[in-house]
Amino acid sequence: MDRRTAITWMLTAVAAAAVLERDALAAEPAKSPAAKGYGPDPDLLKDYKPGDLWPLTLTAEQRITTAALCDVIIPADAKSPSASAVGVPDFIDEWISAPYPGHDRDRTIILTGLAWLEAESQRRFQGDFSNLVLRQKNAICEDICYLPKAKAEFKSAAEFFKKFRDLTAGGFYTTPAGMKDLGYIGNVPIATFAGPSPEVLQRLGLA
Amino acid sequence: MPFLTNRKTQPTYDVIVVGSGAAGGQTAYTLTMAGAKVLMVEAGRNYDPVKETPMFQTDAQAPLRAAGTPDKDLGFYDSTVDGGWNVPGEPFTNASSDPKRQFTWWRARMLGGRTNHWGRISLRNGPYDFKGYSRDGLGFDWPISYDDVAPYYDKVEMLVGIYGNNDGLENTPNSSPGVLLPPPAMRAGELLARQRAKGLGIPVISAHRAVLSVKQDADNIPAKLHPGNPRAQRILAEAMRSRAACFWATDCGRGCSIKANYQSPTVHLPPALATGNLDILTDAMVREVTLDENGKATGIVYVDRFTGEERRVSARVVVLAASSCETVRILLNSKSPRFPNGVANSSGTVGKYIMDTVATSLSGQIPALENLPPTHDDGAGGIHVYVPWWLYGEQHAGKLDFARGYHLEFSTGRRMPNLGTASGLEWLTGGSFGRAFKEDARRYYGSFISFGGRGDMVPNEDCFCELDPTVKDKWGIPVLRFHWKWSDQELRQVAHQQKSIAAIIESMGGKVRTPPAADPSTVIRPGGNVKHEVGGARMGSDPKKSVTNAFGQTWDVKNLFLTDAAPFCSNADKNPTLTIMALAWRASDYLLEELRRGNL
Repeated sequence: MDRRTAITWMLTAVAAAAVLERDALAAEPAKSPAAKGYGPDPDLLKDYKPGDLWPLTLTAEQRITTAALCDVIIPADAKSPSASAVGVPDFIDEWISAPYPGHDRDRTIILTGLAWLEAESQRRFQGDFSNLVLRQKNAICEDICYLPKAKAEFKSAAEFFKKFRDLTAGGFYTTPAGMKDLGYIGNVPIATFAGPSPEVLQRLGLA
Repeated sequence: MPFLTNRKTQPTYDVIVVGSGAAGGQTAYTLTMAGAKVLMVEAGRNYDPVKETPMFQTDAQAPLRAAGTPDKDLGFYDSTVDGGWNVPGEPFTNASSDPKRQFTWWRARMLGGRTNHWGRISLRNGPYDFKGYSRDGLGFDWPISYDDVAPYYDKVEMLVGIYGNNDGLENTPNSSPGVLLPPPAMRAGELLARQRAKGLGIPVISAHRAVLSVKQDADNIPAKLHPGNPRAQRILAEAMRSRAACFWATDCGRGCSIKANYQSPTVHLPPALATGNLDILTDAMVREVTLDENGKATGIVYVDRFTGEERRVSARVVVLAASSCETVRILLNSKSPRFPNGVANSSGTVGKYIMDTVATSLSGQIPALENLPPTHDDGAGGIHVYVPWWLYGEQHAGKLDFARGYHLEFSTGRRMPNLGTASGLEWLTGGSFGRAFKEDARRYYGSFISFGGRGDMVPNEDCFCELDPTVKDKWGIPVLRFHWKWSDQELRQVAHQQKSIAAIIESMGGKVRTPPAADPSTVIRPGGNVKHEVGGARMGSDPKKSVTNAFGQTWDVKNLFLTDAAPFCSNADKNPTLTIMALAWRASDYLLEELRRGNL
């Protein structure tokens, strides 16, 4: 990040922090660019990708932060890849760019929250969030990961984190990799529906 | 006779049927199989579930992971076309600005209407449900009893295919032997609920749903449904053979391309079309019923949705099956010197006593269901079991503070992950993220149970619809204005629903997500929200107090029939679709006989 960009980021972040303190929910929603929805009779058989129906709007910098936070929430492990590896940032971008009621509000929460996260990274660790080591990323997230226990100064950021985690999880567990991770084995035709296995019945005390 | 893509109707028909859903489909089926020439008029577009159903699409293939939007209220893959809570250019209004006094109206503008997306739950009304006033002094008795309808329940169940058991519980009727298809095996969470609820004295039994758990008996059923009519038998046998049994995957709300569940365009309409006696005109918005100088119905006026032109069609009989409120709207808009307040409205009760289902939700998490091994839980694309109302005795003895019962529907299991599967877990995880979150997601997946209460509403004077004095839709047709108010009967019932649900969740060792609400008015779903709106043109035995006789024939115009839920006198906790179809078949049999006798 060059100096000019860094200054812009900092100014945005300071402004964003001020908004957060006022209460992100009460803030004037940031308008997404004029776009149309898919209408009441869309083609249900088509394979849609984020950006097909309305333009994606995250800036390059915002995307980097988004991907980094996605992977703090859902990192790769032995069972499945990370959230960013299966396109979750694209989904979050699609979500906050959507021309439907409610998405404007989420857009405000997410964009304000991303700016706060970068500002906080600079304040605590003097670096971009994506460049922090995991211990540093976690330290920030620990403070905002659970709204009921967040300190007063982190309440708004915790609301952002809750929304962001929900979107990340929703985006991830709907992908083939996410479904496999959870052990979902349906959505394929089977000849007979047998009900639970003897093992399951035993575990439940129903055998 | 086919789909009228050239928009050219015949000079006249025996019967015009307005609407193509459960009521219109059943009416057209019964009439055309018996040889009547029928024109079906549908406001929405043609729709072919075989070609259009997204059977195996996953949420990741849809915009916004298939989340609901104002364009697709129930999610991207819900089969509803051109409809939902708001239909563009076709508003309705509410008299009150208080959200608790408002009615919400779900409409679908498509062939088959709401039969494409419904839950397929097909419960019979019981004997009490037809005689509410006699039993508790509230609401109205129907002019018919369970015994009048029972043979038609059997017929409809054989025609469309219903799975379930005969459990012989109070006011929860058995079907005749051999009518029902075998119920699917219960899922793990359903079995656990059954075991634990038993300790509370609460039964959990197989649901009845319009899904083919096995293929229908095409060799024997047609002769039972159409005795003495070999042609109808042949046509039906062929239609039944074209339907596959459920392959235990995908949600029924999407519709079904293999025709394993009931929806009008795959079950009622193909045999009706095969008779050669049915014309279907889609994209035709019916405005009014026309009358001659003697007050007999002559046909309808519709607006062609392609051209905006107003056109007329004539028939010997007109049947409205447009969904209860749309049927009411057509009646009220059919004004003439003879009927200044709308046709068939000499009683002044058209639009009165509309009802919906009394509903609330509560969910919980069951530790015993955590970390279960992978299991096929898609099942029949909907519920396999439910809790029928179990306190008839206590209620009748005056031990409860509300008069009418409810049943509980619930969902559990390791279903296809969606946007909500691992969201909002903080109440269990304390806000985990990272590897711990992935472990938590695995642990809690499939361990939730969500209940919905579905209860009987007592009809009241505050729930009605009328024409809005000023607002018109884009076709220039006056729209409905709704009035709504739940009575204490419903609010007390909802409080009981919440407590019962919490008790079942706790009996399973679970935690409720939110405790039962102290104020039931904050958790009762708004009027119309369950999409079980019925009434508005009730049947009765007194022409001064009702709109139709016991066959849906209007008192004022003998060749005008209503075969949807508009004539309902009560709204049992049982979901209305099966009763709509049974009564439509019964009304159609009567209509045919009256035609034969020259009485219409």
